Amino acid sequence: MLTVEDLKHETLRALGTAVVQSTIELGELSLWVPRTRIAEVLLALRDDPDISMNQLMDVCGVDYPERPERFEVVYQLLSLRYNVRVRVRIQTDELTPVPTATGVFSSAGWFEREVWDLFGITFSGHPDLRRILTDDGFEGHPLRKDFPLTGYVEVRYDETQKRVIYEPVKLPQDFRNFDFLSPWEGMTDVQLQREGEK
Amino acid sequence: MGVIDPAQLAKANALASSLGEEVQDKGFILTKLDDLFTWARAGSIWPMTFGLACCGIEMIHAYMSRYDIDRLGMMPRSSPRQADVMIVAGTLTNKMAPALRELYDQMPEPRYVISMGSCANGGGYYHYSYSVVRGCDRIVPVDIYIPGCPPSAEAMVYGLMQLQRKIRRGNKVIKRV
Repeated sequence: MLTVEDLKHETLRALGTAVVQSTIELGELSLWVPRTRIAEVLLALRDDPDISMNQLMDVCGVDYPERPERFEVVYQLLSLRYNVRVRVRIQTDELTPVPTATGVFSSAGWFEREVWDLFGITFSGHPDLRRILTDDGFEGHPLRKDFPLTGYVEVRYDETQKRVIYEPVKLPQDFRNFDFLSPWEGMTDVQLQREGEK
Repeated sequence: MGVIDPAQLAKANALASSLGEEVQDKGFILTKLDDLFTWARAGSIWPMTFGLACCGIEMIHAYMSRYDIDRLGMMPRSSPRQADVMIVAGTLTNKMAPALRELYDQMPEPRYVISMGSCANGGGYYHYSYSVVRGCDRIVPVDIYIPGCPPSAEAMVYGLMQLQRKIRRGNKVIKRV
């Protein structure tokens, strides 16, 4: 079993210049690497006998709208041999594709489909990059920060067409934020100001 | 539920023995065809299992030995063509909606729908979500709504008994008190 400091030492030795930044927070090791070298980094982490990260647990996307390269893709790796984990992070934007990790870990296939579905991050070289979770014909990428909570369409069965149809969202009741500060929860600011004037 | 009232039991036994005597004496019973159909329908509601989320687990509890709705004549069916009632138990998503409607269309008449739990009733926790249908009554006509998140197995059984009552009441508009 490796300690986190040992693991950091070993990964920096194995990856060399590929690591842009590395941190240990809450006992967990994170590595930032250049986007173009991700497959090479994952391969080195998998095949180095002193690290032996033989499982890709998850691939996630993160959206930071204020950054020039707004997305991060995070790869979570587990070494069964040493019982340690590594988080590898890369940055990208809406247009720049990320090299796929399917050549290194076959499990990356569905994870990358999920990231593409929910964030719209493209992966170059992926064998079958389609939507995996959302509805067929869904438009947009729902986990982006600029995607509205209720989406754009809703479904209903149409008695005349005898099928389920899509329509623009019409909410019978507006979204309400409950902060438990006021008895007039759900009222708009305008109404609350009027209440204050009285 | 579960409590046997001796007076009720005696009444039921008296009814059963009088029926038995009538069959032995005459060899037949006279009744209205409508009443016979209603009796048969209310006594053998076969639900189609449609567990979509955690409500499905409570639905399974109702089927299992503690509440045992088999004794009400309810056998879970896995095919819509053999089912009388569809229990929509759980969150209905946009992706599932066409499949739900297709299964409903395959059920033979007369068919009933029970909407079980907040999500099926009106979207519930996911009412404002981009991927959830705001109530399964947008897709299929619903007969009984069971509230709860998830409803307990007792509530499920009560809902099914309300459906039996609705079937016995028939198509009459005026409610019998």
